[in-house]
Amino acid sequence: MAASLQIAGIRKVFGKGDKAVEVLKKIEIDVAPGEFLILVGPSGCGKSTLLNIIAGLEEPSEGELRIAGKNVVGVAPAQRDIAMVFQSYALYPTMSVADNIGFALEMRKVPVEERKKRIAEVAAMLQIEHLLDRRPAQLSGGQRQRVAMGRALARDPQLFLFDEPLSNLDAKLRVEMRAEIKRLHQVSGITSVYVTHDQIEAMTLGSRIAVMKDGILQQIGTPDDIYNRPANTYVATFIGSPTMNLIKGHVEASGAQGRFSFNGSTLELATPAQGDATMGVRPEHIELVTGDAAWRGEVAVVEPTGADTYVVVNTSAGEVTVRTAPSAPWKAGDQVGLRVNPANVSWFNTATGVRLDV
Amino acid sequence: MLSKNLPRILIYATLLLAAFFFLAPLYVMLATSFKDAEQIRSGNLLSLPNSLSFESWKLAWSSACTGVDCRGLQPYFMNSIIMAVPAVLISTAWGAINGYVLSMWKFKGSEVLFGFMLFGVFMPFQVVLLPMSQVLGYLGLSSSLGGLVLVHCIAGLAGTTLFFRNYYTAIPKELVNAARIDGAGFWRIFFRIVVPMSTPILMVTLIWQFTNIWNDFLFGVAFSGADSKPITVGLNNMANTSSSVKSYNVDMAAAVIAGLPTMLVYVLAGQYFVKGLTAGAVKG
Repeated sequence: MAASLQIAGIRKVFGKGDKAVEVLKKIEIDVAPGEFLILVGPSGCGKSTLLNIIAGLEEPSEGELRIAGKNVVGVAPAQRDIAMVFQSYALYPTMSVADNIGFALEMRKVPVEERKKRIAEVAAMLQIEHLLDRRPAQLSGGQRQRVAMGRALARDPQLFLFDEPLSNLDAKLRVEMRAEIKRLHQVSGITSVYVTHDQIEAMTLGSRIAVMKDGILQQIGTPDDIYNRPANTYVATFIGSPTMNLIKGHVEASGAQGRFSFNGSTLELATPAQGDATMGVRPEHIELVTGDAAWRGEVAVVEPTGADTYVVVNTSAGEVTVRTAPSAPWKAGDQVGLRVNPANVSWFNTATGVRLDV
Repeated sequence: MLSKNLPRILIYATLLLAAFFFLAPLYVMLATSFKDAEQIRSGNLLSLPNSLSFESWKLAWSSACTGVDCRGLQPYFMNSIIMAVPAVLISTAWGAINGYVLSMWKFKGSEVLFGFMLFGVFMPFQVVLLPMSQVLGYLGLSSSLGGLVLVHCIAGLAGTTLFFRNYYTAIPKELVNAARIDGAGFWRIFFRIVVPMSTPILMVTLIWQFTNIWNDFLFGVAFSGADSKPITVGLNNMANTSSSVKSYNVDMAAAVIAGLPTMLVYVLAGQYFVKGLTAGAVKG
């Protein structure tokens, strides 16, 4: 059963008086039933604290938290009908896998027969039937991850919470489990909140992403919003790899036929209001050309990654990263022109970093 | 060939020497306890007994005299068991609960409280003899085994708390959080998750407490009455009872009897001791 989740004006302050640190500043997020919300941000941004507050492991200093419309501030974690997957998996080391999965059911006094049935169902769903009699110490990292998921699934909770569940896995398993989590969410349809610092996980898993920094919600939106229409320069550079190129300059003529100039180059494209502005372009939205171009530079480094090749170009506006096809002929020292795709440019206020509308 | 093995030979020689040095007193005690009075008088401390006689063991156990009381060590041994078993169990369980609270359910001031408890580990117990005897008087437990149990529980609590607290601090907090979300409360988490993980530290604490309480002389001599003297006091009194001839063989047998239980506990539980130090991997 999917429930909604409202985070309404949540503040969290640690310490008192002069030493008080505000780790969450009036967070407002509405999560619709069945949504998969990602909380992403650098370490120390408050995302884990927010998750702990949702779980009831910590209490907010201020604000309301509603699960299925009911305020749960002050309600014990066990009474919130949630399940959580931890970074360290937190499997009970002295219990078998089956007992781990069934523990929450046992605490809720579910009869043995029903418990067994439920454990078997979950084990089948996660393909861990052959592991049920083992202890956590006898499992590999990926298997432990599955058991941790199974423990959360067995309860059929209103809300799933994930605290960086994949960060202890190696790269290959991480990709596998990422797909598994997505599949399980699609099957169960349970509202989920997922904390990560990994932007790929954020982009691939989330139906919406909330980017946080210093306890402030920077932007919340679909992966497409966050990637293509970042709300400020922080979000623009945090999401996307390699990061978005930011070019500081001056808008000389605004509007659809505007002009933007920086360090001797002038580009003609749709621009925001006149004045200082920062242009943000992702590496895939710049094209390298040999012929005439308003913006020129010299290739500094060529980085092949297999599927794509990234070319770092020294220009009048500093280093700019461009994504090219692996077959592209560029090599260090080449003189190239840079052509910006005007449809995919973001504009920011240079002083505040806030997104500007064109 | 010799030069290659020389370091190894030296190491083993040193180890053997050390082993002899530490085992010599035990050998002398055992050998003497099996000798008869005549052989002891001949004066060779290190000689093997001429015959294997259990006579002095029997005497020490059931009929050697302390003053006019000739019941051997038996009553004192029983006193020590009646005192040590509950005192060890209670102080260990109590320490486990304290350690659980002080590591996983920290509250305002819990660190300060733990700091004060640590004083108890380093405090010389002579300091508390007088106030303790007064408290035992108020409680009506003076000169009784119950009083000794209480004293040992309180005296051992600082140490057992320290053991468990430090062990539990290494258990990830996420485990408790997971159990809380799963619906377990304070005691369920303790008994279902924390205690099953505690075997190594439980063994360490049990051995430690049993050895301390069984071997205690200070509290035993200060707080016991005529019928509640523990074995350490009994052994002392027996060996100090003057008679025409000093029966070293009986004294030695009595001393071995007095020390046997602690050795036995270590032999039986010591394997967990070592096992516990190497296992205990929670995360992989």
